Amino acid sequence: MISDITIGQYFPGRSVVHKLDPRVKIILTAVFIVMLFTAGTFYGLGVGLLFTFVTFLLSRIPLKLMGKCLKPILPIIIFTAIINVVFITSGDKVYFEWKFLKITDEGVHTAIFMAVRIICLIAGSSLLTYTTSPIALTDAIERLLSPLKKIKVPVHELAMMMTIALRFIPTLIEETDKIISAQKARGADMETGSLIKRAKALVPILVPLFVSSFRRAEDLALAMECRCYHGGDGRTRLKQLHMSIRDLFAAVYVCVFFAGVIALNIIF
Amino acid sequence: MDSFLKAESLHFSYINDIEDPPVKTEVLKGIDLDIKKGEFVAVLGHNGSGKSTLAKCFNAINLPESGDAFVDGINTKDDDRLLDIRQKVGMVFQNPDNQIVATIVEEDVAFALENMGVAPDEIRRRVDDALKTVGMYEYREHAVHKLSGGQKQRVAIAGIIAMSPDCILLDEPTAMLDPAGRREVMKTIKMLNREKNVTIVLITHYMEEAAQADRVVVIDSGEIIIDGKPKQVFSQVQTLRNLGLDVPQVTELCFELRKAGVEIPQDIITEEECAEALYALLKE
Repeated sequence: MISDITIGQYFPGRSVVHKLDPRVKIILTAVFIVMLFTAGTFYGLGVGLLFTFVTFLLSRIPLKLMGKCLKPILPIIIFTAIINVVFITSGDKVYFEWKFLKITDEGVHTAIFMAVRIICLIAGSSLLTYTTSPIALTDAIERLLSPLKKIKVPVHELAMMMTIALRFIPTLIEETDKIISAQKARGADMETGSLIKRAKALVPILVPLFVSSFRRAEDLALAMECRCYHGGDGRTRLKQLHMSIRDLFAAVYVCVFFAGVIALNIIF
Repeated sequence: MDSFLKAESLHFSYINDIEDPPVKTEVLKGIDLDIKKGEFVAVLGHNGSGKSTLAKCFNAINLPESGDAFVDGINTKDDDRLLDIRQKVGMVFQNPDNQIVATIVEEDVAFALENMGVAPDEIRRRVDDALKTVGMYEYREHAVHKLSGGQKQRVAIAGIIAMSPDCILLDEPTAMLDPAGRREVMKTIKMLNREKNVTIVLITHYMEEAAQADRVVVIDSGEIIIDGKPKQVFSQVQTLRNLGLDVPQVTELCFELRKAGVEIPQDIITEEECAEALYALLKE
């Protein structure tokens, strides 16, 4: 169940997308997000959707995983869709009217539009973590933010914290599963009762999880010290980041789609 | 042979300053120990006997309260050579999950080398070597959390041997592993000791593992009680039992047989020896 969460996971591979420089990938993902919000019409959004699919295919990540990354946010998508359908009542055509409920064509359109936009957003940005190893990712963030070092922002420390957080996500998920089973075995009831009762049932799960996380943190700090960790000074890297012609092509590829979106915005 | 790790009347205390007045617990009470280069030493002792604390003293994680600890002639109090000491003496911990920093096997093995500022090409070479040594080379691009316990522990060991240390301290490295994982790790440790001449200090609860060492040191409440060859140590069955420790199963069997009046040597620590002794006994 919880182990189905794939956010932040990395799937090793040798595709073109995998081989891109992580710095370029981060920037292009940001551009992609801007692109999705620029798209004002269904045509523009269609281009965004097409981009997501083509990039997924290029990365050779099974499309099944795209579904998997969307599963946890499905409630959010449905929730926004319902809100849009119910509250946007300014359309011309009325499909359905009952008491205060009024469903119009505009409401339905906006609902679908927003849903598709969120799906593209999550699927596209998940692709970044699917195809980039966490170390490469944090390394890239460290490099991209390195100008901030001048104003004394602890960039290396932040990047290290992120590396460790990403590393421990699967471990802590596994641990949560174990604690839930252990509490269930002791008769804890987590599936029935009111919302408040269920929230209260989480306390016996969170407390041991926190305690063990602190213990893990202490162990890890010790292990890092034993391996000569002394901050970011004088560190080298196993994998040097270097940009190649491939990254230029990727940038052009994204720009073409972006231009398409803008063009469609102007035409329609 | 040269002495590599040396403790001279080493004292160490933990101070709990949350309480008022602070509570001081003396953990090591004057340890004198000399471990030679290339030796394989097993350290035994029940929980809280101070064996882990002692190991951390040889890595400059713990600094002695009084007395001295030396690593290859360097005093661990010498702050300028801290990284030298840490590079010479690697440490592997009990829980493999809590000592792996990176998500991908090879990136974790590279961690220490990156900290030491080794050039990228050299890191690549040493990471590959270390992974081949522990037999995890095929897994170099795998995600760490998908490996088995024994494999994770071997990755942790690879992360240490990539630093090419002269000595590895292992703090109950097999305690959380299943029998198969335990065998994998023990095989790796013994191979490092024999083939690469790495000094090994193995803290363990498993007497069968300690029996494979060159030397066994028994610690109880911060003092060294017995120090000798496994055969000498394990023949003192009664003393060990009084300390709350076991002896290898076969040694115990022979001990009980002797008590029952059967004439069998007392210094048996491996199954082969025991089988042979019993065979000889039955042939008579």
